Amino acid sequence: MSTDDLDALALLNDPVRRSLYEAVAAGGGDVGRGEAAEAAGVSRTLAGHHLDKLVEAGLLESGFRAPAKKGPGSGRPAKVYRRSRGERSVSLPPRDYVTLASVLADVVDLLGAEEQAEKAARGAGERIGARHAGEPVERVLGERGYEPYEEDGLLRLRNCPFHVLATDQPLLVCSMNLALCQGLLRGLGEDPARARLDARPGECCVALSKTNED
Amino acid sequence: MHLAQLNLAHLRAPIDSAELAEFVALLEPINAIADAAPGFVWRLKESESDPTATVRHDYGDYLLVNFSVWESLESLWNYVYRSPHLEVLRRRREWFQRMAEPTMVMWWVPEGTIPTLAEAMQRLERLRTEGPSPEAFTYKDAYTSSEAANLPAAAEARK
Repeated sequence: MSTDDLDALALLNDPVRRSLYEAVAAGGGDVGRGEAAEAAGVSRTLAGHHLDKLVEAGLLESGFRAPAKKGPGSGRPAKVYRRSRGERSVSLPPRDYVTLASVLADVVDLLGAEEQAEKAARGAGERIGARHAGEPVERVLGERGYEPYEEDGLLRLRNCPFHVLATDQPLLVCSMNLALCQGLLRGLGEDPARARLDARPGECCVALSKTNED
Repeated sequence: MHLAQLNLAHLRAPIDSAELAEFVALLEPINAIADAAPGFVWRLKESESDPTATVRHDYGDYLLVNFSVWESLESLWNYVYRSPHLEVLRRRREWFQRMAEPTMVMWWVPEGTIPTLAEAMQRLERLRTEGPSPEAFTYKDAYTSSEAANLPAAAEARK
């Protein structure tokens, strides 16, 4: 367990900091101090103080957004915040599933066993879905860390829960993730075809159509 | 520095066969996404007028050549794995043979330089025989442009 990770995560024990962190993460990109303050229900000054603490700890990154208007009276560039790319995790007792998963992903690649891997992922998804039968898929995916949000009639997934593996073995991991999401829908009693690949930079590779009509 | 990538695919059947028809039909839309992708610099084209024409070369029949230059590793990665290209890639077994040896290689080039296909093939050969190095690497064993530039061999390779 890294002391740095524990220290950083311990900052989120403060409810204000936690809601500010969540507001920035939910923004999906650059979020201004004012927006974050409003979402967390605190003053701009207090928000700024806590947001900067989160930056110091490496949970957020900060930058500046140029003012909309140019010239005199347009003011200074606004400070903005976004979620850090780095991962933080704490496990007691210490666990390391990523190393083993990455080795297994290499084995699938060596064996050319992509189809079997997708089949297994579909089955795993079905079992997860069956445990949550009757619940809305948004909630189930949300609890699994996908961070779903709606856009243009689609349910998009802001976060890739398998990010490190997906960076190493994108084709295998994204294919397995699609199969997992389709299996999960089936397990929930929904149309698996709602989930399809619609990859965008910085997000999960899967998107869901809102209803099973389209 | 810019990033050059060579990617070979071994076709299961002749490019003008019925088996490859769906793949050929996808060439125009997918290449259009590459050309418009953030960070795209250049790609080797057989024809400016026929978007379905694949690159002709002397390296063997049934060998499809994808050769391009990008502003960064991230821009290439985002095109390959975070665009509609991902879906086409997933279907690769329908059209391409599985290869035991590496079929893709990347290396850094000075901005404004367009490498030749002969050099690209040599880089791939180097990757196959010597494994990943700053002069010939893969996504999994990537090197930054500064790692490549700080090597004495980089100057040699740029000649």
